[in-house]
Amino acid sequence: MSRSDQPQDASGVSRRGFLKGVGAGALAAGAVAPAAAALGAKAGPQAAAAGTVFGPAPVAVALNVNGKVRQLRLEPRVTLLDALRNHLDLTGAKKVCDRATCGACTVLLDGKAVYACTVLAVEANGRAIETVEGLAETHGGAAPIQKCFVANDAQQCGFCTPGFVMACESFKRANPGATREQALDGLGGNLCRCGTYHGVAQAVVDALAGKGGN
Amino acid sequence: MSSSHGSGKPPADRADPLQHARSPNRTFGPQPPGEQFEVIGKRLRKVDGAGKATGEALYTDDLALPGMLHGKTLRSPHPHARIKRIDTTKAEALAGVFGVVTGAEMPARFGVIPWTPDETALCIDKVRFIGDPVAAVAAVDEETATRALDLIEVDYEQLPALFDPAEALARKDVLVHEGNKHGNITKEVLLEFGDPDGALAKSDFVVEDDYFFHGTAHAPIETHVALARYGSDGVLTLWSATQIPHYVHRELAKVLDLPAPQIRVIQPCLGGAFGGKSDPFSLEFCAAKLAMKTRRPVKFLYTREEEFYAHRGRHPMAMRFKTGLSKDGRITAVDSKILIDGGAYSSFGLVTTYYSGQLLTGPHQIPNYRFHSTRVFTNKPPCGPKRGHGSVQPRFALEVQLDRLAEKAGLDPIEVRRRNFQGAYTTTVNGQRVTSNGFDQCLDVVEKASGWKERRGKLGRGRGLGVAGSMYISGTNYCIYPNDMPQAGIQIKVDRSGLVTVFSGASDIGQGSNSVAAYIVAEELGMRVEDVRVVAADSDLCPVDLGAYSSRITFMVGNAAVHAARKLRKQVQAAVAQEWGIEPERVVLAGGFAFDKDDRGKAITSAKAFQITEAVLETLGSTGSYNTPNLGGDYRGGTIGASPAYSFTACVAEVEVDEETGIVTVPHVWTAHDCGRALAPVLVEGQIEGSAYMGFGEVFLEHHDVNRYGLHARPNLLDYTIPTSVDCPEFHASYVESLDPEGPYGAKEAGEGPLHPTIPAIANAIHDACGIWLTKLPFTPAKVVAALQARDAARAAGGGANGTANGRAH
Ligand code: FES
Ligand code: FES
Repeated sequence: MSRSDQPQDASGVSRRGFLKGVGAGALAAGAVAPAAAALGAKAGPQAAAAGTVFGPAPVAVALNVNGKVRQLRLEPRVTLLDALRNHLDLTGAKKVCDRATCGACTVLLDGKAVYACTVLAVEANGRAIETVEGLAETHGGAAPIQKCFVANDAQQCGFCTPGFVMACESFKRANPGATREQALDGLGGNLCRCGTYHGVAQAVVDALAGKGGN
Repeated sequence: MSSSHGSGKPPADRADPLQHARSPNRTFGPQPPGEQFEVIGKRLRKVDGAGKATGEALYTDDLALPGMLHGKTLRSPHPHARIKRIDTTKAEALAGVFGVVTGAEMPARFGVIPWTPDETALCIDKVRFIGDPVAAVAAVDEETATRALDLIEVDYEQLPALFDPAEALARKDVLVHEGNKHGNITKEVLLEFGDPDGALAKSDFVVEDDYFFHGTAHAPIETHVALARYGSDGVLTLWSATQIPHYVHRELAKVLDLPAPQIRVIQPCLGGAFGGKSDPFSLEFCAAKLAMKTRRPVKFLYTREEEFYAHRGRHPMAMRFKTGLSKDGRITAVDSKILIDGGAYSSFGLVTTYYSGQLLTGPHQIPNYRFHSTRVFTNKPPCGPKRGHGSVQPRFALEVQLDRLAEKAGLDPIEVRRRNFQGAYTTTVNGQRVTSNGFDQCLDVVEKASGWKERRGKLGRGRGLGVAGSMYISGTNYCIYPNDMPQAGIQIKVDRSGLVTVFSGASDIGQGSNSVAAYIVAEELGMRVEDVRVVAADSDLCPVDLGAYSSRITFMVGNAAVHAARKLRKQVQAAVAQEWGIEPERVVLAGGFAFDKDDRGKAITSAKAFQITEAVLETLGSTGSYNTPNLGGDYRGGTIGASPAYSFTACVAEVEVDEETGIVTVPHVWTAHDCGRALAPVLVEGQIEGSAYMGFGEVFLEHHDVNRYGLHARPNLLDYTIPTSVDCPEFHASYVESLDPEGPYGAKEAGEGPLHPTIPAIANAIHDACGIWLTKLPFTPAKVVAALQARDAARAAGGGANGTANGRAH
C-alpha cells in the first residue's frame, strides 16, 4: 500500500494531514489503526459542499452495507456502530468502550479496518461497509478467516471475536505474506481479555496459507 | 481458633426443618464408559465457535424487544455522603421518560453471601464510593435517559472518606457501614495450625518481608448488561450477563418481593467475566423494577466507565510474611498477616478473607502455619472475586519468600519446591484433603521446557529465569447458602430424530462449559458431538447450578453430566441387547452407532437405538446431579477452601531487564498445569494461556486505584492497560494428567489455577536477572530502577548484593 492515494496538504503539516499520514503509514506497516484511518477519512459527499451544517434533525444517509444500499434517516451524531446495531440489526460488531480503544466494533470501510464507534454514520455515507455478517455471507456461511478462528480456538467468550475477525481480514488483505510475528504486531489495535492472541495470529497465518477453504 | 466479625445473620432458610437428608456425593471414576475414549481427550473445537466467529452469537446487548426502553443509572459524585433528599419530579416530567426508580422502592438488602447482605439495589441513606448507584431512569432512548439523570436532584451531606485500609482499620469515628459490629472490619480470620512461632525460632533460615498486591480489574470485554420484561402473566424475565444466574434469581425474588417461581433468569452468550459478574448488580434489579413499573422491556448497558466503578476486582492486600526453612531445604513454618482492602461493600469478602490463608497449604508441605487476615471497608469501588480469588495475592508473597530462602540455603529454586512437595493423597496442615497431585510432574515439565538446567545463570546480563508453584480448588463444598441439595444438575432429553438435548444450569462464560457438557454426553451415549445440543443457564428450562465461580463447573457439572448420561446409556444398552438377544455388555455405543462387540457388522444408528429404547421403556430422559462429599477441617471456616480436588501448577518465566530504563520484557512463560484428565485439551490449553496472560498483565500493566478524591484513576481501556497481542510473551501451555479419583473421568479445574504462579515466577526471574527482589506490585519501570539503585548502593557500601529494596521500591 502506498501513500500516493492520500491527498497531500500542499500548505504543509496540518493536524488533519498528520492524522491522514499516520493512518496510511500505520496501515502500510501492517498495523491496524482504524481510529486514525477513520479520522483521516473523507466525510460523506454532502460534506464536500463547504459550510454545510447537518442536524441536529435526522438527515438522509445511504449506507452501503455488505453490498446492499440501505437508506436511513439518522441524526448526524449517530455513530456507524449504532447505525449498524440499532438501525440495521447487524449486531456482530460490539459496543465495548465506544471510545476507539478496544476494536470490538471493527468493520471495514472502503476495505480498511475502522472502529465503527468512532466513525459517524454520515461519514460512511455512500462508502463500502463490510461487517462480520457480510464476510460470512459472501463465503457461504463462514469465510476462511472465520473457519481458521474456530480451528485455532481463537475465541473463548467470543465478544472480541467479530471485531478481531474483521481486523484480521483487513490485515490479511494488506499483508498477504505476513508471518505469525507480524500478525501479532499488526493486531495490536484489538483487545481480547480471554487471552486468545496466539490463536488469533495462528488463524491469520493459516488463512493466508489457504486453510479454511474457499 | 477463628474470630469472625460478620455483619448480618444466617438466612432464614437455614432453619428449614425439612432439610435434613443431604444429596449424596456420586462419582464414577476416571475410566471411559466403554472400551476407550471416543470424544474425551480429543482435540475438538468448541461447540459454539462458529457462531462466535461469524457474529451470529447473541449476547445480552444484541437482544432487543418491541417497545424496549433504555435504562441509565445516576451515580454518586461523592466517595462518602449522606443522602438528604432525592427529588425525581423533573426527570419524570421529561418527555420520553417512562419511569424513575430510587432506593426507597427496593429497600431489601442483598449480598451474594447471605451472611453479609450490605447492599441495596440503589443507595437509600448513604453513598459509600464515587459511582455508588443512587437512582435509575428508563426512557425511550439512551440520550433521553441520560438527560433525565441530570434532572434528578440529590442533596448530599458529605462525610469524611476513607481510602487507606490501615486508616480505615484504626478509625472508629468514620464508619463506612454504621451498623457494623467491628468498626470498619468486614471480616477477620486468625487460624493457627501446629506451632509456627516455635518452628520459626528453630529454623536455620527465616525471611520476613512486606509484600503488596495492588488492585486489578476484570475488565471483561463485555460490560454488564441486563434486559428485563414483565409480562401480563406476572412473569418477570431477566436476561443478564451474569455468571451466577441462580443467585441472581434468589436475590431478585428478595429485592423485588416477588415469588421466585414468577421470575425467569436467562444468561445469554456472555462476553467474559473472570469473577466480575458473580455478584448480583444494581442494573439487574433496576431493569426488573423499571420493567414492572413501566410495563415495557427495559435494558441497561453499563458504559466502560461504569464497569470500572461497579468493579468487584482483585482485593489489594498488604501482606507481612515470615517463612522458615531448614538447612536441608524443608519449609518449617509460614506465618502471615494480611490487611485486605475491601472497598465499600462485602461482596464475597468473607470468602476472600478465608481464601487468603486457607488456599496456601499446598503443593508445598507446610508443617506449621498461621494466617491472620483482616478485610476492611474503604470508600472505594467494592472488591470481589477475580480469577484465582483470594489466593493469587498471598501466593505471590509465599513463592517469592521460597526463592529468598532457597538462595540463603544455596539451593536451586526448583529443587526446594521438589523437596517440599506434599505428595498425593495427603492432608494439609489445615485439614484439607488432597487427592491426586501432579505438581512434581508439573515442575519436571517446566524445568525441561524452559531449559532451566542448561540455561539458568548463563543467559547473560539482565536476563533470568524464575519459577513458582501453586494450587487451586475445583469448587468447594461451601455452597454459599446452606442447603442439602446438589451443587450441580443436568437434565437430558432424547429426541427420536437422534438429537440429544442437554439442559445444563452452568454458565458458559467463554471457558467452554457447554462444550464440555456436550462432549461428556456424547461420550456416554456414543454419539457424534454435533448431535448433542446444549441449552444452558435458563432458570425455566435448566436445573440449578450454583454458578461459574471457584472453578467448580468441569468437576461438578461434569460429574452431573456423567451421572445423567450413564443412566441413559445403561437403558439404551439394555434395550438394544434385549432386541438383539445378547448381553448388555456386548452393546457398544460409539461414534453415532450402537453395535455388537462380538459381531461388529451388526450396527444401528444412535437414533435407531433411542427409538428401540423408547419403545420398550417410555419417553426418554434423565437427570443427574453432583454434590461434594463432607470435607474440610473441623473448625470454624474449615469448609471454606475445602475442595473435592485440587489442581496444581508450576510456572517458569524468562525475563529481560533493561537496567537503564527499568523496563522488563518477558519473552517466555512456560506453564504446566495438573488438571487431572484433560477432557478437552484445546480448551484446557486456552484456559492455561488465558490465565498466564491475565497474570502477566497484573504484574506490569494493570492498576485499579482511586486518586485522593476517590475518583477512579483510569476508568477506561486506554489508561487501564490490559495486554495487547504486542505486549504478550510467548505462552507455552502444558498439562499434566494426574487422574483424580472423583473428577469426571478424572478431571479437575483448569481455569483459575494457572494464573497464580505467573506473578511470582516473573518476580523470581527478575531477581535471577539482576539481583533485586521486587515485593510491591505492579512492577513499574520506576520501581525497578529504584530497586536497582538500592542494589548498587548496597554493593557500593559493601553489603550483600541481594538485599531487598523494599524501602525504595514503591
Ligand atoms: S467499541 Fe469501538 S473501539 Fe471499543
Ligand atoms: S475471546 Fe473473550 S475477549 Fe476475546
